[in-house]
Amino acid sequence: MSAKTPLSVEEREVAATKAHATYSGGLWPWVFKIAILGVLDAGALYAALVLLNENSWGALAAVVIGTAILNIIFIPPNRFLPAKYLAPGLVFLLIFQVLAIIYTTYIAFTNQSDGHILNRDDAIAAVMAQKVERVPDSPSYKSAVAEKDGQLWLIVIDPATKATSAGSNDTPLAEVTGVELSATGAPKAAEGFTVLSFADVVKRTQEVTALRVPITDDPNDGYLSTTTGTSAFIFRSTITYDSAKNAMVGSDGTIFPDGGRGSFLNPDGTELTPGWKVGIGFENFTKAFTDKAIAQPLMRVMAWTFAFAILSVLTTFALGLFLAIMFNEPRMRGQKWYRVAMILPYAFPGFLSGLVWAGLFNQEFGFINQILLNGAAIPWLTDPWLGKLAILIVNLWLGFPYMFLVATGALQSIPDEALEAAKVDGASPWQTFMQIKLPLLMIPLAPLLISSFAFNFNNFNLIYMLTRGGPQFADTALNVGSTDILISMVYKVAGFDGGRHDFGLASALSIIVFLIVGSISYLGFRQTKTLENLA
Amino acid sequence: MSTQPTTFTAHDGTVQELPAQPRMGFAKWLGVIGWRHLIGIIAVVFSAFPLVYVVSASLNPSGTLTGSNQLFSEVSIDAYKNLFKDPSRPYGQWYINTLIIAGVTAVSTVFLGAIAAFAFSRMRFKGRRMGLMSLLLVQMFPQLLAVVAIFLLLTWIGDIFPILGIGSRLALILVYLGGALGVNTYLMYGFFNTVPSSLDEAAKVDGAGHARIFFTIILRLVAPILAVVGLLSFIGSFNEYVIASVVVGNSADTQTLAIGLFQYVSSETNSNWVIFSAGAVLAALPPMALFIWLQKYIVAGLTAGAVK
Repeated sequence: MSAKTPLSVEEREVAATKAHATYSGGLWPWVFKIAILGVLDAGALYAALVLLNENSWGALAAVVIGTAILNIIFIPPNRFLPAKYLAPGLVFLLIFQVLAIIYTTYIAFTNQSDGHILNRDDAIAAVMAQKVERVPDSPSYKSAVAEKDGQLWLIVIDPATKATSAGSNDTPLAEVTGVELSATGAPKAAEGFTVLSFADVVKRTQEVTALRVPITDDPNDGYLSTTTGTSAFIFRSTITYDSAKNAMVGSDGTIFPDGGRGSFLNPDGTELTPGWKVGIGFENFTKAFTDKAIAQPLMRVMAWTFAFAILSVLTTFALGLFLAIMFNEPRMRGQKWYRVAMILPYAFPGFLSGLVWAGLFNQEFGFINQILLNGAAIPWLTDPWLGKLAILIVNLWLGFPYMFLVATGALQSIPDEALEAAKVDGASPWQTFMQIKLPLLMIPLAPLLISSFAFNFNNFNLIYMLTRGGPQFADTALNVGSTDILISMVYKVAGFDGGRHDFGLASALSIIVFLIVGSISYLGFRQTKTLENLA
Repeated sequence: MSTQPTTFTAHDGTVQELPAQPRMGFAKWLGVIGWRHLIGIIAVVFSAFPLVYVVSASLNPSGTLTGSNQLFSEVSIDAYKNLFKDPSRPYGQWYINTLIIAGVTAVSTVFLGAIAAFAFSRMRFKGRRMGLMSLLLVQMFPQLLAVVAIFLLLTWIGDIFPILGIGSRLALILVYLGGALGVNTYLMYGFFNTVPSSLDEAAKVDGAGHARIFFTIILRLVAPILAVVGLLSFIGSFNEYVIASVVVGNSADTQTLAIGLFQYVSSETNSNWVIFSAGAVLAALPPMALFIWLQKYIVAGLTAGAVK
């Protein structure tokens, strides 16, 4: 901006914010700030070193740049004052919300699931580790088992060169010095290691025999393993990775080609496990809608999710509004007490409500069947339709106080003149309600109803605590049931409820839920804006 | 809401005379007022019964769901004692975990949200409007939906910093703080704007820095909205099950009340019922006490668009 043109209001305010950014505050806040920044920088430095070691360049760049930005913001002079106030919250938002969303999208386009969790190199090593055999002519390494950093290590003496080296399950053999030998020429003590006594080796036989120390970084070179602790032998996989052929090759010459979908294939076409994660494009999405085994339960779950969310909003709103209108009568005494009692369900923790009602609805022992229905055995929670009804009843209980509160507020803000005018015109109470009160109420309440829809669409706690999504669908292998809504299906497909983890499909379903809720909310809020403009 | 014989307080605060009315006959009273009491009583029974039932169940000496159906027939506090005796279900530890996780999350959320709202409300900078809009946009994707990504992300972070991996209560708090900005900031932003900026102008002239203006002037004036946001955040993480079960659900010692109490009844409903009820009653105390204490603020916050 040139000096001659007068500043706009906006520009002047920006300049004022900058001018006001001189350092303020006492000594202690400053010490506190520097301490936090110091801890943060130390942590970042440590993370950077680890990431450097792992060759994770993208993450490394993010850590370095992020830390640099934070330091620039918080070290005086305050070049970006507003950033000081925004940055603390933004850091969490970026990592656990924005990054989580981006990562969800990424996973949705991969086959990440049980058997496809690792990256390719780790999967190759894991496949090879399953087919390890002792090399027939392996030399015998004199060895000792030792402990360091809470891990078991193998200290060995190379029979040819007499060099001493040590390694663990995670660390390939590397030369160590300061090893003391016993009379038989076996390692007895080593600097930094606590060598296990014979008795300890016997006590920890399982751990000792599970030791597999890679000889080099390349898994094709094999491992050292021991059964007794005192002598180790070379073990090598009967299957090796051939990068030229892009396949695993067995010792008998069998070729296991890379099938292109994150695994090597046996000659009969079955997969070698474990595989690794690969991008599979839109397959999770197309599978969700075309693969019968998934699409059928998904459609049923989706239909119930919509029905549940819409009916929940309608029933709670209807009851809340009815009670609000009923109590909107100044001559009625004792209203305060009614209100306090009616707010109780809203104040009671939501997850407990589901669990308590599950007890009330229990088929054999519950209060509703035993006392209210005089010993009936109605399967409230295990029948597909009664389960849905029970969920709506409980959600009515949970949700009507909120609607009652907001409707009471909205009702009291309707101008008396409007109602007077209707009375003068001879409108019946029902007409007044439908044509005057309700439209006026909808202006403040419609956005809240949309929020309530969006909330109920993802009301995991109620469903899971009350029926856990059951009863299970009989005609699908997926772990979903007839009261599951989309969000509880995501949780179950991801395997967090037990069973197989299919992270790729679960993330794809998450994205679908987001698209549905997002577009409905968008359309809804746009619609309420037109409502507002009409008024 | 109490009514007086000759005047009443209208919603606009003025005290008005009731039109002179003859004493209602009983039939008239029944038609105008009486039926309202009837429906009110039904609504109260519907609202309060499950809570009365759970309190009664927690005091039942039989220990089972079946026995709990006879409301208050016998009373004993054994369940409350036994609740703390089972080392495989460390209820006391769950209670502490939950209070710390929800408490720290609530206090931090209020702080992070308030400083961000202060910047949006009192400072002018490039990208301010964009920033406000994008905060709303990001919140359209609830964290709940990203549970898989959060699980994998924490697994990976745990490889670098084991204290922030899966199983860490601190990690769970950090994840919850990912939602600290957003709707909260928007609620607070609106409220901050109602505090006249002439107040901070005056302080500025007196030589107060931005930090002093924020902490000593603004924060005091916006206390009601801080209470609402703090309470909603506390109740939100108190009730949260999905992410908590994935992050801290694996070991009994790190679990929260939501996970622990769910497992109590999901394994053996009938025989664990009374002890579960006792756990539920104690667990409900902190959020309900907070709710009643902050009630008048909440109703105002609700109409502004906060959903529990």
